[in-house]
Amino acid sequence: MELFQQQLPIVIHSLNIGFLQTLKLFFVTLIGAIPLGLVIAFGSMSRFKPLSALSRTFVWIIRGTPLMIQLLIIYYFPGLVLNNNIWGSGETGRFLASAISFIINYACYFSEIYRGGIQGVPNGQNEAGLVLGMTRRQIFFKVTLLQMIKRIVPPMSNEIITLVKDTSLARIIALQEIIWAGQAFMKGSQGISGAIWPLFFTAIYYLICNGVLTVLLGRLERRLDYFR
Amino acid sequence: MAILEVNHIEKHFGDTKVLKDISFSLEQGDVVSIIGSSGSGKTTLLRCLNFLERPDGGSIVVKGEALFDAATQSAQSDAEIRKKRLHFGLVFQSFNLFPQYTALQNVMLAKELLAREQPDYKRRKREMLNEIEHQARQLLIQMGLGDRMTNYPHQLSGGQQQRVAIARALALEPDILCFDEPTSALDPELTGEVLKVIRELAEKKTTMIIVTHEMAFARDVASQVIFMDNGYIVEQGDPLQVIEHPREERTRQFLAHYAQK
Repeated sequence: MELFQQQLPIVIHSLNIGFLQTLKLFFVTLIGAIPLGLVIAFGSMSRFKPLSALSRTFVWIIRGTPLMIQLLIIYYFPGLVLNNNIWGSGETGRFLASAISFIINYACYFSEIYRGGIQGVPNGQNEAGLVLGMTRRQIFFKVTLLQMIKRIVPPMSNEIITLVKDTSLARIIALQEIIWAGQAFMKGSQGISGAIWPLFFTAIYYLICNGVLTVLLGRLERRLDYFR
Repeated sequence: MAILEVNHIEKHFGDTKVLKDISFSLEQGDVVSIIGSSGSGKTTLLRCLNFLERPDGGSIVVKGEALFDAATQSAQSDAEIRKKRLHFGLVFQSFNLFPQYTALQNVMLAKELLAREQPDYKRRKREMLNEIEHQARQLLIQMGLGDRMTNYPHQLSGGQQQRVAIARALALEPDILCFDEPTSALDPELTGEVLKVIRELAEKKTTMIIVTHEMAFARDVASQVIFMDNGYIVEQGDPLQVIEHPREERTRQFLAHYAQK
C-alpha cells in the first residue's frame, strides 16, 4: 500500500501527459474529419458518375480495412517502401501520421452519416421552398440544414465516443498517448517496472472523458428536440 | 383578359407521355377543379405550372405575360424561374411545412427572405418585418388558427397543418393558388375544416386550381371542372354539367366509381 501511494503521483503525472496527447489527436481528428467528411459525402452523391464511383470506392476501402493497418501503412510505407521517411523519427512525425490516418478514416465514416442525413430530409421540403420563391442557398441554410443536423447528431455522437477509444490504436506506431504512457511502467520507467495497474488505470481516463462527452452531446440532442 | 392561359402543354418522362395537348384558360376569380384517376397527369400539370417540372411543349401565359414557351425559350436560369413561379402558389398533399419553425414563422419565412432583396430593406427593416408579421397573423386568424401561431407543425393536427400551409402560400399573394389533393392525406373528419377554408377563399374570388377527389366539393366550389384521363383533357366545362351529366363515356365510367360509394 505504501508503495502504491509512492507510485501513484508518478504514474498519474505520466498518464496526464499521455492523455493530453490522446486529447490532441481526438480534437485534431474531429477538426479535420468533420469538413473532409462533407467533401466526401458530396463526392459520393455527385451526379458525375466517375467522381461518385471514386468516392464510394475510397469509402469502401477505408471502412473495409482496420484502422490499425491504415496507421501502419501511412507511417511505415513512405520510409520502408519508398525509401523516403517523410515522417522523421520523432513524436511530431508520429503524431502527424496518426492524425492523417484518423482524419481519413473518420471522414469516411462521417461522410456516410452525412449522406444519410442529407438524403433523409424529404424532397417535399426542397419543393416547398422552391414554390415559395426561395433560392437554393436559402433553402439549404434556412430549411434543410437544421433538419440534417438533427438527423446526424445521434449517429455522430456514437462515432465521436468511439473515436476517443480508437485513439489508443496510435500506440501501434508508438505515439506517446495514454496507453503508451501506461505501458511504460511495465517495461520500466521512472523507477517503476513490472507494474500493470497503470495500464488498467488508463480506463478511468477514457471513462471520464466519454462521460463528459455523453452529457454534452445529449444536451445538443435535446436542444433539437423541439421539432420533429 | 384571361388571368391564365395554358396552351398545348406536353410533358413526357422518358418514353411515357404524361401530358398531351393540355389547353385551358381561366379568368380572375375562377375556381377550376381538376378531377381524374391517379396517373392521369393532374399532379404533373400543377407541377408544370409551378415550375417544378419543365414542359416539353406548349406555353403558359399569365396576365398576358408568357412565363413559359417551349418554342422560344431554352433553359431558363434559376433566378428567372424563381421570379416567375411567384405568380403561382402551391399547396401540397403532404403539407410540407418546415418542422423547425412555428406556424407563424412558416407563414412569414419566404416573405422575410424576399423583403431582404428590396433596395430599401436596410432602412425600413423594422417596419417591413412588422408588416409581414401582421399579415401572417391575419392569415392564420382567417384560417381559424389564431390560437395556434406559436405551435410547431408536429403539435398540430393534419387539418391544422394544411391550413397553415394554405396561409403560407397566400402570404406571397400569388395570382393563382394551386392545390394538389389538399385533403388526400387527411382523416375524413379533418377534410371538412380544410374544404371550408378553400370554400371561403372561393367566395373571396381567389383564383384557384384544385386537384381533388372530393366530387361534391369540386361540383359545389368550382366555376369550371376539368376531367383528365391518361394525360388528356377528356371533358371540361360547367361543374354541374361535367359531374352530373357528363358527355363523354370515359367521364361517366370514372364518376360511376364515386356514385357507388
